Amino acid sequence: MSFYQGLQAETVSFRGHNGDQGEAYYARPTRAGKFPGVVIIHHLPGWDEWIMEVVRKFAHHGYAAISHHLYFREGSGSPDDIGARVRAAGGVADAQVVGDTAGAMAWLRAQSNATGKIGVIGFCSGGRHTYLAACTLPGIDAAVDCWGGNVIVDNPKDLNDKRPVAPIDLTEKLNCPLLGIFGNDDANPTADQVNRTEAVLKKLGKNYEFRRYNGAGHAFFNTARDAYRPEQAADGWRKVFDFYRRTLASSAASVAAE
Amino acid sequence: MCSYIVEKTALVGSAKGRKGWMRIDTANVYFDHPYYSTLDHVLAIDFTNEGEGGRDRVAIELSAESARALIERIQAALASGEAEHPSIAVAAE
Repeated sequence: MSFYQGLQAETVSFRGHNGDQGEAYYARPTRAGKFPGVVIIHHLPGWDEWIMEVVRKFAHHGYAAISHHLYFREGSGSPDDIGARVRAAGGVADAQVVGDTAGAMAWLRAQSNATGKIGVIGFCSGGRHTYLAACTLPGIDAAVDCWGGNVIVDNPKDLNDKRPVAPIDLTEKLNCPLLGIFGNDDANPTADQVNRTEAVLKKLGKNYEFRRYNGAGHAFFNTARDAYRPEQAADGWRKVFDFYRRTLASSAASVAAE
Repeated sequence: MCSYIVEKTALVGSAKGRKGWMRIDTANVYFDHPYYSTLDHVLAIDFTNEGEGGRDRVAIELSAESARALIERIQAALASGEAEHPSIAVAAE
């Protein structure tokens, strides 16, 4: 068979912030070989079906992909109920999310199929978390921020114990290539905020690429939402996979060419 | 917008959820991305009993327009109901 496609997806256990044991959704190609890793950070409403589709999409494209449940400490239950409880409690602390992301990265690197290269991608609040992780965690080879809001914090009152620092203020520490994907009709981040983020990255000489789309707002990749914009999303996904092929997969022949 | 802004109110009532009827003491109200709806943003309300741990909830996700219409109809139902039962209205005040 010249064209074989197969993947395996399952829930696995990983060690997160402070060594806490949590659950993550993991998918990998079933063919033999070594694969770059991608950590996928879910959005605020929770660890939902769409984010698991994204995990499988990366596996389909030749990556070992994992999405850790950021709210696992809330115990068992459906992800939407758990997400509602976390929201009511003011959300999760940035330090905890970054620590959990480091744990998911370590889990991927410990697998026998790992090339050692790791990318991080996040959507919405997960985009913000990706920006934070890329500025604070060692060992990230490439980061993709998909419409992360509140990277720039215009109102200091929005900073608190859980979110004490505006990610933009950590940009100097960014030490991996960054791809940003944004819809120009988004209300958070606004086009102006994206402009300002880009200005900081440019001023600091960072390795970044921003792709911005007209006719698209927030979450335009999300096929489960009215916000879905098929043309822009298809191009955005091509940009993501092209970026990861250049930054993560240059030595991994197993990653499918576009 | 993926915010953590939640309006919380104490209340007295009951709601029917996954396990049947339960007493509720809290409503968490927010306008943000939904979990289930296809809308970009929804007015969401989670009815819970925090006194019993808040693990169960009755959840709704409404469009902004329908949420405003619902507020009006709640006000109208209260007004007409209290007009029919004036002693209740006085007691409530």
